Amino acid sequence: MSVETKSREKILEVVNAAIEKFGAKQEELIPILNEVNRQLGYIPTEAMEEISRRLKEPKSSLFGVASFYHMLSTKPRGRHVIQFCESAPCHVVGGREVFESLKEELGLEPNETSPDGKWTLITTSCLGVCSVGPVIVIDEDIYGNVDARKVPEILARYE
Amino acid sequence: MKYYRSHVLVCVDPECLQKGAHELVDALQDELVATGLIDEVQVLETSRIGGCSLGPEMMVYPEGVHYVGVTPDDVPYLVEEHFLKGRLVNKFQMPTTKVVDEELGAPTQKEVRIVLRNCGKIDPENIEDYIAEDGYQALAKVLTEMTPEEVIDTVLRSGLRGRGGAGFPTGKKWQFTRQAPGEIKYVVCNADEGDPGAFMNRRVLEGDPHSVIEGMIIAAYAIGAHQGYIYCRAEYPVAVSTLNIAIQQARNLGLLGKDILGSGFDFDLEVRMGAGAFVCGEETALIASIEGRRGEPRPRPPFPAVQGLWNKPTNVNNVETYANIPQIILKGAEWYAGYGTEKSKGTKTFALAGDLNHTGLIEVPLGITLREIIYDVGGGIKDGKAFKAVQIGGPMGGCVPAEYLDLPLDYESLAQAGTIMGSGGMIVLDEDTCMVDVARYFMDFTQDESCGKCTPCRVGTRRILEILTRICDGKGQDGDIELLENLCQEIRTNSLCGLGQGAPNPVVSTLRYFRDEYEAHIYEKRCPAKVCRSLIRYEILPDACTGCTVCARNCPVNAISGERRQTHVIDPDTCIRCGICMQVCNFNAVVIE
Repeated sequence: MSVETKSREKILEVVNAAIEKFGAKQEELIPILNEVNRQLGYIPTEAMEEISRRLKEPKSSLFGVASFYHMLSTKPRGRHVIQFCESAPCHVVGGREVFESLKEELGLEPNETSPDGKWTLITTSCLGVCSVGPVIVIDEDIYGNVDARKVPEILARYE
Repeated sequence: MKYYRSHVLVCVDPECLQKGAHELVDALQDELVATGLIDEVQVLETSRIGGCSLGPEMMVYPEGVHYVGVTPDDVPYLVEEHFLKGRLVNKFQMPTTKVVDEELGAPTQKEVRIVLRNCGKIDPENIEDYIAEDGYQALAKVLTEMTPEEVIDTVLRSGLRGRGGAGFPTGKKWQFTRQAPGEIKYVVCNADEGDPGAFMNRRVLEGDPHSVIEGMIIAAYAIGAHQGYIYCRAEYPVAVSTLNIAIQQARNLGLLGKDILGSGFDFDLEVRMGAGAFVCGEETALIASIEGRRGEPRPRPPFPAVQGLWNKPTNVNNVETYANIPQIILKGAEWYAGYGTEKSKGTKTFALAGDLNHTGLIEVPLGITLREIIYDVGGGIKDGKAFKAVQIGGPMGGCVPAEYLDLPLDYESLAQAGTIMGSGGMIVLDEDTCMVDVARYFMDFTQDESCGKCTPCRVGTRRILEILTRICDGKGQDGDIELLENLCQEIRTNSLCGLGQGAPNPVVSTLRYFRDEYEAHIYEKRCPAKVCRSLIRYEILPDACTGCTVCARNCPVNAISGERRQTHVIDPDTCIRCGICMQVCNFNAVVIE
């Protein structure tokens, strides 16, 4: 898999900036992990070790937190992360067809990353924009009123 | 103080200045002196109003008329028409643009907007807009005229109950937290709105953040706290940023921080973000998450009112609960208690979703019937179809069938109907919905979101999901219904927190009202609503098929055969029931049998 793994320097730089921003306290652990995840796309082992050292928190408990929350990933992700809203309001207005179409277009099952490192497909809980369901989010762009036929055209917008 | 009958606010932001705002002010002053109105009409300079591109612009109060494109030459005419004759000058009025809000329309007759009163009306990133709508007046009243006990008494008398779903009396909770021993106390706002289909809190946070902040400061004063946290889910980045702007603006005006409004009372607020975990909406899990740990619930008691954040007494209320508080303080407990039923007072916001003509947010007095909500406010079922059920209260709620349409909505009546008020999600389902599929869907959600700490919820929800999946797949067995009922009972009584205790509700309620659908799936291998894939068959109607070959060309598994201009046929053994043929057929020749 050619998914880019980050260099050690880059990881330390991001971790340092995050700890600087929030402070080396246990109550700031989730904001710090969120920040690292946002900057790097995931939380590499090296980042976990560094945060553990600086916050004086055992790695096990860090991993416990990182693996608990859906938005934190301990594995590298593709360049574009597609979140499919699998909530009931989207489900009853045709979300299932959209999801089938997405899986087929991408050749991916949920939580998989494409071999070229371009796409990661994940499901998400309700995004609260139910009045325009079905909804998918690609990176930070929200698409509402999606139907199965629009999927290829939406995907084509991404490099 | 001098009394003016009218105020003219002229925008003097750079863009309007360039277009001659100062000249306009001078011309207005001169004309008012000339007409002898200068003691009746006051001209003020103000910041951006919003129509600068059409400037110079001004607002005239008390009418609230927005004039744009007024030049000094127009002033004599305008002053004569508006201030002497009392007639609005249409040609200078700001052209009204119709903003389409897909979430929040104009209130319908049956609605009463208290929590949503400012949403869509004020600029949420401008504290002055909120102050202009009586914002922070309740706080001033509380800090200058009321003791903490009086505040709690007012909230108690208003009958306000927790809008997060459980409906615990808010005043009682405040009382417990106030009485709990300890110097340091906290107030926490639960903004982890995770129920699928519920977005009332998001709208309030994004549309009127100060009402929540003001409610929290009042709560802090009542219980004796000096620090508060708003725990907002990470799926709501806009809400987080709006809140942070609002908090900063409140600090700048001395409404947060040390010595608020010179009263000697200190309080400050911080926004904490989740990272995607539904269970964090449970208050003890939320507290664990703020502390930087896994968001797992713990047994109660001790309740957070006694031992909460960092083991200190903590008052946890929902966004909507706090947003009600300023209005209750300002207008009085009796005013608020004038809405609602005997045990459930006030209004409640709901997010309407599903097969309705008008989906979106509403706020209605409690005691309203489901029929009024669905048909009067929601505009009825889409495409003229029949109503089948409404799923209320999120994944821990239940499905209520047509026979309850005239039920007056309150905490008690919903419990009787087998569901909960919950946070206010309402998903309306039409006749084409398979209730077993709906139950399976919600169970899929809860088993995924179960934190795994207690066994009944972790294992039990998974077992239920397996059984429901097999029923939907046409592999249901005799005894499955009884097994489901048994499991639901065990999970409900033995789970640690509200998530597990409520998880069986979608199954229990659909079993109660739509048992025949379960039986059709299990014994007749038939899905009455034609939804469950393994139990349906796609067929081509020979009379409608033109033999255009579109379906055959689009079928991913080549299950469709037939010559051009001849009727096509689907091979049921090859067909994967993806439904693509039905979508692409231009002649409605593909049907589900």
